[in-house]
Amino acid sequence: MGEWHSWLFWPDSVALSILALSVLLITFMYAAREPMHGVIHSVCNLVTQSTRFVSRWLFLSADSMRLRNQSVLMAHSHESIATLIDREFERVSNIIRKDMQEFPALQRKLMEEVTRIEDDYRKCGEVPPPPPEWVNALESVSQIKAGGDIPRKLLEDINKSIQKIHDKTVAEFRRSYEERHKILKGAQPSWRSVEKLMGEMDKKLVTLNSNAKQIDGHMAKFSSIRAKDSKAEHALTTSAFVQLAISLLVMMIAMGGAFINYKLIALPMSEMVGASDYITNDLKTSDVAALVIILMEASMGLFLLESLRITQLFPKIASMDDRMRRRLMFASLIFLVILAAIESSLALMRDILISDKASLMRDLASVAPPVSESWISNIPMAGQMIMGFVLPFALAFVAIPLESVVHSLRTVIGVLLVQTMRGLGFGLRFIGVVFRRFARVFELVYDIPIVIPLMIERWVMTLRDTQSVRVHAKQRVTS
Amino acid sequence: MKNGLLILMLLSSSLFASGCGDSRIHSQGVYMLVDTSGTYSQELVKATKIINYLLATLNPGDSLAVAKVETRSFTEKDIIAKVTFDNRPSQATQQKRAFKAKIDEFSGQIKGSAYTDITGGLIQGAEYLNETKAGTKTIVVFSDMQEELGTGTVRDFPIKLDGMRIVALNVTKLNADNADPRIYLDRLARWEEKVRKAGATEWIVVNDLDNNIESILKTRK
Repeated sequence: MGEWHSWLFWPDSVALSILALSVLLITFMYAAREPMHGVIHSVCNLVTQSTRFVSRWLFLSADSMRLRNQSVLMAHSHESIATLIDREFERVSNIIRKDMQEFPALQRKLMEEVTRIEDDYRKCGEVPPPPPEWVNALESVSQIKAGGDIPRKLLEDINKSIQKIHDKTVAEFRRSYEERHKILKGAQPSWRSVEKLMGEMDKKLVTLNSNAKQIDGHMAKFSSIRAKDSKAEHALTTSAFVQLAISLLVMMIAMGGAFINYKLIALPMSEMVGASDYITNDLKTSDVAALVIILMEASMGLFLLESLRITQLFPKIASMDDRMRRRLMFASLIFLVILAAIESSLALMRDILISDKASLMRDLASVAPPVSESWISNIPMAGQMIMGFVLPFALAFVAIPLESVVHSLRTVIGVLLVQTMRGLGFGLRFIGVVFRRFARVFELVYDIPIVIPLMIERWVMTLRDTQSVRVHAKQRVTS
Repeated sequence: MKNGLLILMLLSSSLFASGCGDSRIHSQGVYMLVDTSGTYSQELVKATKIINYLLATLNPGDSLAVAKVETRSFTEKDIIAKVTFDNRPSQATQQKRAFKAKIDEFSGQIKGSAYTDITGGLIQGAEYLNETKAGTKTIVVFSDMQEELGTGTVRDFPIKLDGMRIVALNVTKLNADNADPRIYLDRLARWEEKVRKAGATEWIVVNDLDNNIESILKTRK
């Protein structure tokens, strides 16, 4: 209040003082109108130009970053698809090598079966020829011209003999057919064996065919990546986002497991490294030691999966010779087992410590001890020990989503950065345009308080113009 | 890449160098004075509960001592039990058990003293706590805070309680206090002035032991 009064010329008459101040202010503003308009223009122009400049730079940077992201994404995808194709070819070559090894034996078996079937078929085709003598005898009888008893008797004898022979022949025929049926029956297993062999061959060919189809698909993707197709780029970017989301979800689950793991070993760790040692103000050494054990387990898991070639975060491990890689694999597995055993024993220690403390608390509170220790009370202890042993192995698999995160995060961050830069560029451009328009608005706002002097100025100007017009007119008349 | 690794190593080593080894800063030291004079000796059951609470709450690496307030309390002989808990929780638990046994033994053979030398006990407590080098030092006075000095006992000089928290527990009201509460309030005010002048960081009075017991160890920020 006092400060406000100090601005008044005559503190006793506030209205008069305010009026005087207003007049002074308006006069000053009117006098400073031209330079102030200039300042407004310059400031707005400066803002417009600078935002435009920065926005342009942002757009250019976003474009170059997008290109860089694209080349990185394409290179990475190129590499991973090449690995996929390589593995697919390896699989195909394995199938072919394995099947081709078996193929001569299979073929030989098939040929044997086919030969046997042919033999059987040939045997089936043999029919006993009719006795040719009867035909000639019948022809001679038919050439006898005169009738009588002799030919009749002869014919009757022949008929009898023919009947006899016929019966014999029919019996022979039936026996022969029976034999052929038997042969055909014997050929049945050979047919079945051939059918089975053919089925096996067919199955192998189907597997090969599906592999070939997969290779075709990968090759199509590979060629679109090589051609830097925008569709492929879009698909790869989307895939990176999806991969990141899934991997993060799995990582979060793994983090939950790691947290449980940490809780299991943090307390017993204080027995090993001391409970009152601190690394920083709030960081206990035992907590850090527990964390280190968990991180070591994760690292060992990572090395194990690397040496198994499941993940490929370390090119040096991937490029090791097989013997060295196997050694590394066994070493990391042994370390992992040792760490799991340590963790399991720490879980047991934790249970002992907790029950000891609970017993002390009971003593301090003068409460009677629990009635009996049944086997049920040992279940949590066993559970802790099992969890302590199993969790490190489960944690080892975190290397797979970690690899996914590492690879997809670069793409995702790159895309987000590009989008942010473009958004910022657009925002700055918009601000520039707004400021260009606002220059006029600010001028008008400035003119509002000094509207009265401006009106007077306009009136004076008009009056002056009218007078000069009159003077000119008078001069013209006199001349 | 190599430079980054070097910086990381330097940072981590400096972190360890700055933080490691000074574990005592985080530890607590508690010196409890138990008044055994006159009628107050009947309150010893409550004192045992407080000691049990302290045993349950203190962590490995912390220090605890319990001493009685006698006619002249500036002596180590008045310390009933003292311990600095081992860094290993299992050992600390064993030490707590042994401590409790000593206190139980003491409470069975208590003898009331003629005078109450609280100031001498405070000086002794400060000396003990300074030796422990604990980060937080607390002297708990379980007494009615009515000091009575015997002839020849000199305590009217400035004492040093720098960085100590003084917690007065179960400050019972005497008959005279009931008649004129100002006596009680003046007594507490005098003690507060005395300990603050001696450099104590906190002066806390806890009478509701059932609901406010955690104030003994809780440092006010």
